[in-house]
Amino acid sequence: MVATFDVKERLRQRFAADVLHADRAGGMESITVKKDRIVEILGFLRSEPDLAFDFLSDLGGADGMRLDWPQWRDRFQVVYHLRSMKHGRRLRIKASVPESDCRMPSVTGLWKSANWMEREVFDLFGVHFDGHPNLKRILCHHKFVGHALRKDYDIHQGQWLDETESMMDEIGEYGENPDDGGFSELVPVNIGPAHPATHGTLRLFAKLDGETVVRVSPEIGYLHRGFEKHSESGSWTMVIPYTDRLNYCSAMLNNVAWCHGVEKMLGIEVPERTQYIRVIVSELSRIIDHAVCVAAMLVDLGALTNFWYLFNLRERIYSILEELCGARLTSTYVRIGGLAYDLNEGFIDQVRAILRDIPKNVGDVIALIKKNRIFLDRTVGVGAVSKELALSYSWTGPCLRASGVAFDLRKSDPYLGYENFDFEIPTYEDGDVYSRAMIRFDEIVQSMRIIEQALDRLPSGPIFSEDKRVHLPDKDKVYGSIEGLMNHFVLVYDGIKVPKGEGYHPIEAANGELGFYTISDGSGRPYRVRCRPPCFTIYSGYSEIAAGSMIADAVPILSSFNIIAGELDR
Amino acid sequence: MGIESFFANKQGFVATKLDNLINNVVNWGRQSSLWPYPFATACCGIEFMGVVSNTHDVARFGAELVRFSPRQADLLLVAGTITYKMAPVLKRIYDQMLDPKWVIAFGVCAASGGFYNNYSVVQGIDRIIPVDVYLPGCPPRPEAFFDALIALQEKIKGEKITRHDREQRPQLRPESDTSWKVPVVDPAQRAIRRGE
Repeated sequence: MVATFDVKERLRQRFAADVLHADRAGGMESITVKKDRIVEILGFLRSEPDLAFDFLSDLGGADGMRLDWPQWRDRFQVVYHLRSMKHGRRLRIKASVPESDCRMPSVTGLWKSANWMEREVFDLFGVHFDGHPNLKRILCHHKFVGHALRKDYDIHQGQWLDETESMMDEIGEYGENPDDGGFSELVPVNIGPAHPATHGTLRLFAKLDGETVVRVSPEIGYLHRGFEKHSESGSWTMVIPYTDRLNYCSAMLNNVAWCHGVEKMLGIEVPERTQYIRVIVSELSRIIDHAVCVAAMLVDLGALTNFWYLFNLRERIYSILEELCGARLTSTYVRIGGLAYDLNEGFIDQVRAILRDIPKNVGDVIALIKKNRIFLDRTVGVGAVSKELALSYSWTGPCLRASGVAFDLRKSDPYLGYENFDFEIPTYEDGDVYSRAMIRFDEIVQSMRIIEQALDRLPSGPIFSEDKRVHLPDKDKVYGSIEGLMNHFVLVYDGIKVPKGEGYHPIEAANGELGFYTISDGSGRPYRVRCRPPCFTIYSGYSEIAAGSMIADAVPILSSFNIIAGELDR
Repeated sequence: MGIESFFANKQGFVATKLDNLINNVVNWGRQSSLWPYPFATACCGIEFMGVVSNTHDVARFGAELVRFSPRQADLLLVAGTITYKMAPVLKRIYDQMLDPKWVIAFGVCAASGGFYNNYSVVQGIDRIIPVDVYLPGCPPRPEAFFDALIALQEKIKGEKITRHDREQRPQLRPESDTSWKVPVVDPAQRAIRRGE
């Protein structure tokens, strides 16, 4: 069955007139189609059993204004990254959208997660989606003029805002009775963005019936820092510090995701020692991220003691990472092709010491909450998410696994040699707040197992790839030979030159699938960087999941998602 | 306004001595029990969690009572990037705080926009609200925050309580965009608040 698999041919048979171009770049089939029948095409790919591309991994846009590729016919492309959960394959579909007719059908009917992603494409590129239920800006503010990610929008052109959006269009008239002169017994309540329960940058606008949330609508974009635009203005290496600040609770994982994706585009294999070190720091970051998530969630439930316990753990890991790379939060440790530094002396002993102490730290917290009546009453059965709903919202990571889908990129699409480690994917069935909290503890245990194995087998050797395109030559070669000097000069002046093409190589970050869809025009600067943030899709399901719950439950539901604003808004 | 207005009208040697004494006592009270409002938006907010947690413990400096209502706080800690979308919210929260009030720009993003020099990020919160202490770092270490806190305490020590607090406030950055209005309350939201 697998041998006959050819998406391209299947699509050509069915939609001959609509397929414009097909190629295979960076290990993924990539098909450009006309925009008008996109819903039929994606529906076909989704429903055919031998294709079964049922998971919308990512949806983004790209502006080809300064790109002279022959296959790039129109100015814009809307890019869909699909994944088949059944067959484990990935596919990229690109819809070509001309500037003169900047609209196309919406696929919100197929995947619920398309709702926010299409809004983002509309916001940043100005592509209109017909049939979208609520097409308005999402990251930039409501009075913003122009579309920020178009190539002709100046990066420095800021636009002041003098009042926040009322959001009455989404929530205002809901529940009003026209016969009664628009009277409603529902109470509108604005929560955030400066509210402790929304962790600083999220805004919710809810309508309450007593204490029940009847309808709630999140507003995001309060931390939109222009990551993607910035990435397009510097060299490939200069993106690394910006990735630190996406999910700032686990900066190492973002570094790894970015460098891994670029290395795949360059076709570079990093040395084995680098892979192992990356695995160790990734898993340490994952532990911190999960600890912070659960700690913040328990604070929201009023359990402050656990916060101190878990933050002790976090502080200790931070001091290890600080000794390794010089920074506590924003590490910038991983480089394209290698690492900034080798492990410091004593790193291994420090990590082993903390691995001995984590069970005590985490065990204390679990002992405090596991049989705690208040914790159980407030989490068990609250905000339950079914498997189907989670997949429709393109959930990944612990939240999806809490709903019973054992999908983990470390197992399903192994990278960095994760296939050589012995670990399990914990899953829960209920998909409620309790599962989402407990699964993080289970994953901490699994991460510890991985770190232990990696420390045991840590090979010696170089930490940087020998490839001349990424590796600065040693100083004696720079001063002693003309080749070394030229190599150094070119790398410093032009930066790393990634070959023309596009790539999407996601990894499993603490919140789920984190990938960067990158387009390179060969100039030494990324032409387009699109970040696929895991919590963006997770949060897009919030209004459906929280509707009907108590207002007090809406808060733990939100914190169990582990929304990190830097990653959400980029 | 009791003490401040009383001494503002008094003249003479005794009043001046007493004035100094009261000044010192009140400022000592103010500097040693700052109630921060953490306006934490980004990475610096995570580091501020490190500041209040047990390893570093901001309670040693008397500023551990974190308030999430601007009306109960006198120190606004702007920890994180402020975007144009967030600017009206920050301005509103600052205006809601009662005098005397102080502001620390926690981290380079709040102080100057940091390395986010782009269409979305306010290039320093001193374009919107006056800032007393600028704290560099991306994010600053907890120790750096304590340094800023001590600097602010020194500053408070030198302030005159008899002068109106507004006059002692730092200036906005001169090149501020003056076309920017003070945010207004959305009419629809005002109607909600009144129960209309």
